[in-house]
Amino acid sequence: MLAAGLAAFATGFPVALGVRCLLDPLRRKRRAPELFVRIANLSALPADGAPRRFPVLSERVNVWTKTRGVPVGAVFLRRLGEASVEAFNVVCPHAGCVVQVAAEGGGYLCPCHNSAFGLDGRIADPGSPSPRGLDALATELRHGEEVWVKFQNFRTGVRDQIPI
Amino acid sequence: MSWWRGLFCEAIPGGAGWRRTWSAVLLFTFFLQAITGFFLLTHYSGSTQTAWESVYYLQYHVSGGWLLRGIHAVTAQAMVLLLALHLMQVAIQRAYLAPRQLNFLLLLVLLPLALALSVTGWLLPFDQKGYWSARVPLNLLGMVPAIGPALQTVLMGGTEVSHYTLTRFVALHTVLLPLCLGLGLVAYHRLTRRPAVDASAPPATPAAAWCPDQLLRDAVASVAVLVAVLFVVLWPRWTGGGEGGPTLLAPADATEPYGAARPEWFMLWLFQLLKFFPGGTEVWGAVGVPAVVLAVLAAMPWVGRWRLGRRFNTAFALGLGGGMLALTLIAVSRDRRDPQFQAAVREADLTAERAKALSGGPDGIPPTGALTLLERDPLTQGPRLFARHCASCHRYDGHDGLGGLPADAPSASDLKSFGSRAWLRRLLDPVEVDGPKHFGGTRFSEGRMVRFVKRGVAEFTEEQQAQLEKVIAAVSAEAELPGQRALDDRDQAAIETGRQLIRTEDMRCTECHQFRQPDEDASAPDLTGYGSRAWLFEFISNPSHPRFYGRRNDRMPAYGANEVLDAASIGLLTDWLREAWYQPTSGP
Repeated sequence: MLAAGLAAFATGFPVALGVRCLLDPLRRKRRAPELFVRIANLSALPADGAPRRFPVLSERVNVWTKTRGVPVGAVFLRRLGEASVEAFNVVCPHAGCVVQVAAEGGGYLCPCHNSAFGLDGRIADPGSPSPRGLDALATELRHGEEVWVKFQNFRTGVRDQIPI
Repeated sequence: MSWWRGLFCEAIPGGAGWRRTWSAVLLFTFFLQAITGFFLLTHYSGSTQTAWESVYYLQYHVSGGWLLRGIHAVTAQAMVLLLALHLMQVAIQRAYLAPRQLNFLLLLVLLPLALALSVTGWLLPFDQKGYWSARVPLNLLGMVPAIGPALQTVLMGGTEVSHYTLTRFVALHTVLLPLCLGLGLVAYHRLTRRPAVDASAPPATPAAAWCPDQLLRDAVASVAVLVAVLFVVLWPRWTGGGEGGPTLLAPADATEPYGAARPEWFMLWLFQLLKFFPGGTEVWGAVGVPAVVLAVLAAMPWVGRWRLGRRFNTAFALGLGGGMLALTLIAVSRDRRDPQFQAAVREADLTAERAKALSGGPDGIPPTGALTLLERDPLTQGPRLFARHCASCHRYDGHDGLGGLPADAPSASDLKSFGSRAWLRRLLDPVEVDGPKHFGGTRFSEGRMVRFVKRGVAEFTEEQQAQLEKVIAAVSAEAELPGQRALDDRDQAAIETGRQLIRTEDMRCTECHQFRQPDEDASAPDLTGYGSRAWLFEFISNPSHPRFYGRRNDRMPAYGANEVLDAASIGLLTDWLREAWYQPTSGP
C-alpha cells in the first residue's frame, strides 16, 4: 500500500508539474484589447469607395521575441463619404484564411472555401460557408485626416463576434 | 534467447500467409519513420524564426538531406494509406468477428493516431503549405463546443501561432504520438497472431513456424513498401518533373494570403465535405461525421453477429471508401478547373523559389529568419504592391504585376522596363505615344508631348532620327538601370552627344523639361536623373511636386506625401520597376 502510494507520487508529481507548465497559456492574462492603431491617411482612399488593403503595424509578441512596428494583421479600408471610413479585418470569419478583393471588384472573396462578401462586408452568396460577414472594426478620424482603427481579431467559425 | 524465440519463432496457427504481412508492414513503415525522424530531428530547430530555415538548410545544403526528408514524409502518407486499406480489408473480409474484435478496435485507434502524427508533422517545416494546412484543423478544433478554445490554446501555446506552437507540435510529433502509435502497432502485431475465425474448428492448414516462413514474407512485403516509397521520392527527379519528395514552399507568413491552402491528399475528402456544411456548422462536419463513422466502425464486431448486420458492415465499408474517393476526386477536379487556385499555386511556387534563391544568396539568412529576406525583396514585394496600389490605372507588361488582368482598361502608362531605351523609344513613337501603353488613357492624350511626337517627331529627317536615338540613349542613361549598365558603358560617346542634343532647339526637349540646369518655367517632369532610383522614389512619393507634373498632375496619388505607402514600400516598388534586385547566378 505504501509502495503503491510512493510510486504514485513519484510518477504523479513530475507529470502534474509538466501538465501545469503545459497549461500555462490558459492562465496567462490576455493582453488588453489593442487600442486604436493609426492605419493611413484619408487621402489614401479612393473617392469611389473601392476598398484598399493596409497592414496594421503594431507590436508583435511571439513568446520570447518582441518586435515593434511590424504587421500584426491587415484591414480593408473603404471610404463611405467625405469624412467616413469603414474598416474590415482581412481574416475570413470562417476558417481564418485571408480574404481578397474579388477580381471583378464589388466585393471580397476568400480563396480557401469561396466565402463571398459584399462591399459592405455582408455575406453576398448564400452558399458561403462563413458563419458571419466580415468583421467590421471601429474607426476614428483624427485631425480630420488620419484613419485610426481599433484592431481586433475574432474567433473564427462561430456566428457571434467574440474577440480573442 | 527464449524471448527472442517467443517473439519471432513461435508457431502461428493457420500457417504463414501474405495476408498476415499487414501488421509487419505497418510496423516497418513505423520504424522507417522513427529512424528517419530521429535524424531529421538532429537537423531541426523549432521556432518561427528557425524552423523553415533549418529545414531549408537540411534540404539544400546537407548531403542526402532531401532524401531523408522525402522518405520520412512519403512513408507517413504510405502508412495512413496502408492503415486505411487494411481497415477496409478487415471490414470487408469480416475479420472483425470474435475473437478478433480487439484487433479491430485497436486498428480504429491507430488510424486517428497516424492522422494526428501527419497533421502535427505538416506544420513543422513552417512553410506556407504547412502553416495554412495546419491552421485549418486548429481553427476547427477551436470550434468544438465547450473545450475547443481551451484545447486550441494549450495546443498552440497561446491564442496565435507562435514559437510555442512549434515546440509543442515537435514534442507531440516526436515523442508522445510515436510512443502511442508504436506501442499500439506492436500490440496489434502480437494480437494478430491469434487464431483465425473459429479456433475450435481444426485448422485447414497446419501451423507453421513464424521463422522463417512468415518472416520471409514479411521481409519481402516490407522491402516492397520501401522500394515503392523510394520510387515516389525519386521519380520526379529522374523524369525532371521537380525536386521529388515533399516540397518546401516559402516561409510561413500569417499576413500573406495563400490561396492554394489545401490539406494533404488523404484529407481532401474532409476538406470537400466541409464545403457542404453551411456557416457555423462545419464543426459538426469536422468532428461529428468522423466520430459517427468511427462509432459505426467500432460497432461492427457486434453488429456483425447477425447475418444482416454483416451485410450492413460490408456495405458501410464499401460506401465509406467510395464516398471518400468521390469527395477527393471532386476536390481535385474543382481545383483543376479553378483558374484562381492555379494562379495561387503558381505564385506560391515562384515565392518559394525566390525564398530559396535569397537564402542561398551572398547575404544568407539573417537572424530574424528568411521571411525578412522576402519582406525586403523588390522582386517579391514589388508585384504585390503594384497590383494593390498601381494596377487600377497602370499595367506592367499588360498585366497587374501578379499576372492578373483587371476588368477596366488601363488609364495610365505600362511601366514594364520604365526608363529603358526601348520604353523611351516607344514613348517617342508617333503611333504609340497616345496608345494605351503611354498617354492614351490620361489627360495628356492631347497634351504638348503627344502633339510634339505626333507632328514633330513624325516629320523628323533621317539625321534628326539618328540624333533622337542619341537623346534616347542619354535620357535612358540617366536612369542608371542595372540591366542596361553594359549598354550604357559601351555607348558612352553617343550618350555624351545625346546630352548636348537634349538642350538643342532641334530636339525641343528643354522647351518643357529641365535638364541638369534649374528652369523655373519647366512644365514637364525633370529629365535630370530621369528614372534613377532617387528620381523614381520622389516621383512616386509626390508626382505633384513642381519638379515633376506640378499642378498638371493627372490622377496619380502622392504615395509618400499622403502616407499611402511608407518609405520602405516605395523603395521596394522603385527597385522593382528598375529591375534592381538580387539575381542568383544559379539555382539554390
